[in-house]
Amino acid sequence: MFRNNYDNDAVTFSPQGRIFQVEYAQEAVKQGSVVVGLVNKTHVVLVGLKRNAEELSSYQKKIIEIDSHMAIAIAGLASDARVLSNFMKQQSLGSKMTYGRPIPPGPYPQTNTQHYGKRPYGVGLLVAGVDESGPHLFEFQPSGLTHEMAACAIGARSQMARTYLERNLDKFPDSSRDELITHGLRALKETLSQDKELTVDNTSVGVVGLAPEGSKGRIESFKLYEGQETVPLLEALERADGAAEESMEVDS
Amino acid sequence: MNHFPEAWGRPRDDVYGAYDHSYLQTTGPKAHTSSPAVTGTSVLGVKFNGGVVLATDNLASYGSLARFTDVKRLRVFGSNAIVGFGGDVSDMQYIDRLLESIDIRENYSHHGNMLNAKNLHTYLSKVFYKRRSEFNPLWNHILVAGYDGEGEPFLSSADLLGTTFSAPHLATGFGAHLAVPILRRLFPEEMPLEEVSKEAAIEALKQCLKVLYYRDARSMDKYSIAVITKEGIDIKENEVIEGTELGFC
Repeated sequence: MFRNNYDNDAVTFSPQGRIFQVEYAQEAVKQGSVVVGLVNKTHVVLVGLKRNAEELSSYQKKIIEIDSHMAIAIAGLASDARVLSNFMKQQSLGSKMTYGRPIPPGPYPQTNTQHYGKRPYGVGLLVAGVDESGPHLFEFQPSGLTHEMAACAIGARSQMARTYLERNLDKFPDSSRDELITHGLRALKETLSQDKELTVDNTSVGVVGLAPEGSKGRIESFKLYEGQETVPLLEALERADGAAEESMEVDS
Repeated sequence: MNHFPEAWGRPRDDVYGAYDHSYLQTTGPKAHTSSPAVTGTSVLGVKFNGGVVLATDNLASYGSLARFTDVKRLRVFGSNAIVGFGGDVSDMQYIDRLLESIDIRENYSHHGNMLNAKNLHTYLSKVFYKRRSEFNPLWNHILVAGYDGEGEPFLSSADLLGTTFSAPHLATGFGAHLAVPILRRLFPEEMPLEEVSKEAAIEALKQCLKVLYYRDARSMDKYSIAVITKEGIDIKENEVIEGTELGFC
């Protein structure tokens, strides 16, 4: 596993100009179970595949609410994610206290890799939130790179989900809230190995967005679907897939 | 002669008598600013259909002396809010520096400065409250004008104690006594905001400024006026009250 002498800390460059600890941290993200995020014109959807450490244990949380207008989905070291989510919750509360304003979602800089003895966070985040300009989805990597995304997937076997997202990207902006959830679940389904399927136990869905015209507030508060609440969403996915298969048979 | 260091720079005891130490107490409670020094008087504000207008005169008094006659007491924050300051001018300059640094910080963020007047007012009232709780108040009474999160015209006040107050028309200092009754007569409570035109609001403030110039001894006839509409902020800082007559004095 040792590449060479330059991976003992996160402040030393290799002669090739790389920082190996950061790259190892990115491997930790790839070990984590997959999460998918996608945006339409009004909503952001996060879906995650939860894992349980053993048959009898509970499932690890994948989506964490930061505030009523923002949530994160995590892949990688869950304990690092807790540190970051606690920090984000504090910042969010601070903004509400001092300005009476929900904190706008966006990139906030990472400094850990510039201090000796510290290590990069071994977790990747998808941050979903709404502000005055609408819904936003950001991807955060251990390297400190942040991108605003139209759709994104991180974690184990996430390439399959990304392929699905790339193929269907043009459908997202005009899809409805429910269609967007179905797209997210289908992308998640693509990543599953042969012997696995989406169940009420291992599926987690979070939605936040702008409230429909004419309603009281401007924001539709973050809603997390877990356990039995995911049943209608999974059924909608099955129906959509069923319909797609039928129409394919008609074609042939 | 006394050569001990504590006597250095002091008037000689044998010439002027012993120094009266009651002037400079080293014990007792710590007292910071317990009165303002250079002050500005009233700030006036009126909401109208689609915006807000604020006005102050350009005078900073040192006690009863009209010390500075070109002090701009309306400060623009970002592109969508205005703060009008009454009270201590140095504290106003300090708060202005705070606002400047917030504007710079917000503009460095990816989303730009999205703080509206309501956010700004919440923040400033908390600054005032913190400072008064430290027994070191910022000696001001301010009006904040702009728009709230829903895009509605916003006008609210905050004072040195951290007290906040909101109304369709507001005035600080002497104006609270002299201008508010005039504004209440012109724009009664039951009158909807949609019926108040921009021109009527500006005209009302000019009338109030004139009354204040006549009756408030810490005022002058040069003033600043700022109009906030959806099109932006229109601020004029070197206006003169017209049609004044002081010959009878």
